[in-house]
Amino acid sequence: MTTPDLMEGLARAAVDRLRADGTAYRSLSSVAERQLVRQCNQSFRRVELTALDMGIVPERYTRNMATLSMAEQYRLLEAKACVVGVGGLGGSVAEILARLGVGQLTLVDGDYFEDSNLNRQRFADTTTLGKPKAAVARKAIAAINPAVEVTVWSEIMTAENAAGMVAETDVAIDCLDTLQARIVLQGACRRQKIPMVSAAVAGVSGQITVIYPEDEGLSALYGDLSTAADRGAELTLGNLPFSVNLLACLECSEAVKVILKQASTLRGQLMIFDLADLTFETVQLA
Amino acid sequence: MTLHITLKLFATLRTYTPADADHYAIAPGTTVADIVRDLNIPPKDAKLIFINSIRKELETPLADGDRLGIFPPVGGG
Repeated sequence: MTTPDLMEGLARAAVDRLRADGTAYRSLSSVAERQLVRQCNQSFRRVELTALDMGIVPERYTRNMATLSMAEQYRLLEAKACVVGVGGLGGSVAEILARLGVGQLTLVDGDYFEDSNLNRQRFADTTTLGKPKAAVARKAIAAINPAVEVTVWSEIMTAENAAGMVAETDVAIDCLDTLQARIVLQGACRRQKIPMVSAAVAGVSGQITVIYPEDEGLSALYGDLSTAADRGAELTLGNLPFSVNLLACLECSEAVKVILKQASTLRGQLMIFDLADLTFETVQLA
Repeated sequence: MTLHITLKLFATLRTYTPADADHYAIAPGTTVADIVRDLNIPPKDAKLIFINSIRKELETPLADGDRLGIFPPVGGG
């Protein structure tokens, strides 16, 4: 079947609904969506993109609106984000971006779930212990939002394979836990001119920034990268689930701004928080 | 003449916070490095230094009323 058939099918399947504020919209239920995928032999993502293009809102995204416009939702569904590290930060980042409707996710993690992940990592549970993190996340995301096309790299990012991982990505999201790995990611992003959201946590403190290829980048946070320690205060303070998830949420908010080319990101700035005394501060890096 | 600053030490540095951090007395010409030394903060942990929300260096001298923040390296994910 051809795309016009999909458009006819969408026009028939869409129903009129009202938002909570009384504004009208055309809605496509997930059940109708699934039928169209089967009948028209198209991907979920293609069905949703075509629907949005016709002014029909896949009902799963209706609560994204009107903070996101139809055009912005379309752009997110077209976009590709690379989540590097699928542990505490990355698991939650991957889930949030999938629910939001970022259409292509590359998930990179060479690790397997273990007991010490259970306090905070979104996809760590008693049934996934010992399993590869990125592959577990892909399975969970397929159940959450089948329109999201997930590419999994169950290996550690290195200088050799990083180019392929971040290729043609709108934004890379640093969810790593060592400085060496962050340096590898930053190098790949610089070579391929990809902006990067970077965050790190220790105990009830965290930091987040947005780095563009021409920016000073990680050395503004860690000093001389050739002598900086590979790990930091988290070795003493651990990683608490609420700090990690707070930071994951902030990373998603910044990633969306980068994808949608919105102003007022944390580029050139660092947001730091300390939940112990509720300090939230955004500081100028340059 | 004595100057006063407010001092905020993050994460692992919290334990070095003096009792009078909100009204910390310093002599004119005092630099961030002087404070790091006086409070026995490990120099390698005084990585990110902010004065009035702008990144500065260990050698930066402080002025009356400055807000000094020191953040150690963090890397968890």
